[in-house]
Amino acid sequence: MNASDGVSSALAALPTLPRDDEGPVFAEPWQAQAFAIVLRLHEKGAFTWPEWAETLSREITRAQQAGDPDTGETYYLHWLAALEQIVAEKGLTSIPDLHARRDAWERAALATPHGELIVLGN
Amino acid sequence: MSDHSHDHDHSHLTNTELRVRALESILVEKGYVDPEALNLLVDTYEKKVGPKNGARVVAKAWSDSEFLDWLRRDASAAIGSLGYTGRQGEDMIVKENTPAIHNMVVCTLCSCYPWPVLGLPPVWYKSAPYRSRAVNDPRGVLSEFGVTLPEDTEIRVWDSTAELRYLVIPMRLEGTDGMNEDDLAALVTRDSMIGTGLALDPGEARKQGLLA
Repeated sequence: MNASDGVSSALAALPTLPRDDEGPVFAEPWQAQAFAIVLRLHEKGAFTWPEWAETLSREITRAQQAGDPDTGETYYLHWLAALEQIVAEKGLTSIPDLHARRDAWERAALATPHGELIVLGN
Repeated sequence: MSDHSHDHDHSHLTNTELRVRALESILVEKGYVDPEALNLLVDTYEKKVGPKNGARVVAKAWSDSEFLDWLRRDASAAIGSLGYTGRQGEDMIVKENTPAIHNMVVCTLCSCYPWPVLGLPPVWYKSAPYRSRAVNDPRGVLSEFGVTLPEDTEIRVWDSTAELRYLVIPMRLEGTDGMNEDDLAALVTRDSMIGTGLALDPGEARKQGLLA
C-alpha cells in the first residue's frame, strides 16, 4: 500500500467498502478503475470526501429501498452510479454526454474483432 | 458481469464496463484525471487482490499429485474445489513449465485474464507492446523481466480468450523439499503464473520478507 494516510482514513470513513486488512478488494478490473477515478478526482479537488461519501450513501440507500440485498456484490455498481451522479452535479460532464459516450464505446467494441484493442472512432 | 457474451467475431464489453470507459475517457479528455495516475492507483491495489489464490493452487499442485492430476484433467473443477470460481463460466487450463518447455500467457483484451486466481491484470499485461511482443519475441520480453532461459528450452505462448484462461504452473525449485503448502505458496509470484517470471527460491523469498 502506498496510498497516503489521508486516503486511508478517507476510505475508513466508508464503512461498507469491501476490504481486507491491507485495503480495498475488487472482484473485477472495472471496479478498481471506478475506484481509482474517484480517488483521483478527489485528489484533484473535484469534490470533497464528505460530498463523495454522501453521494455514495444516498445511492446505496436508494438501491436498498429498491430491493437491493446489499450483500457486497453490488457495492461497486452503486459506487459507479454515484460517480456518474457526482461528476454531473459538479458539471464535469453531463448524463447525456455519458450516455452518448457509452454508446460510442459499444459501437467501437462491436466493430472490433475479438483480441484487438478497442479504440473509439470506428 | 453476468451479461458477458461469448461471441468470437467481435469484442464485447458489458454495460458496466462501457459506463466506466465512458466516464474515464471523458474525464481524461477534459483533463480532470490523467491515465498514468489512474494506472498507478490500480497498480497499487492489483497486487494484493487475487494472486494469492493462484499461489495456493500452484502450491497444492506441487505437493499433491492427485490434485495435479485433477488440474490436468479438469482445471476448472480442481480450482473450483478451492473456492475460486469465475463469474463468467470461463474454463481454466493449466500449463506446466518443465526444463524443456516454458509457457507464457498473453491476452489481447484485458477482460481475458483469470481474475479468480490472479486478481486484476497488471498494467503491462494490457499494454500493446507486451501483447504484440510476447507473441513475436517472447525471449526478448522474458529478458526484460529478468528471466533468461536455456537456449534449448522451448517457449510456448498461449493466447487467452473469453472462454479459456490459462494458469502457468511454474517449476518447483530445488531446496524446497519438505516445505508445507503455506510456505510454498509464498514462493509463487503473480508473474510466475503468467509465465513472465519464475518461482522464487526460498532464500530470495526470505530476503523479500515473504517467508519467515
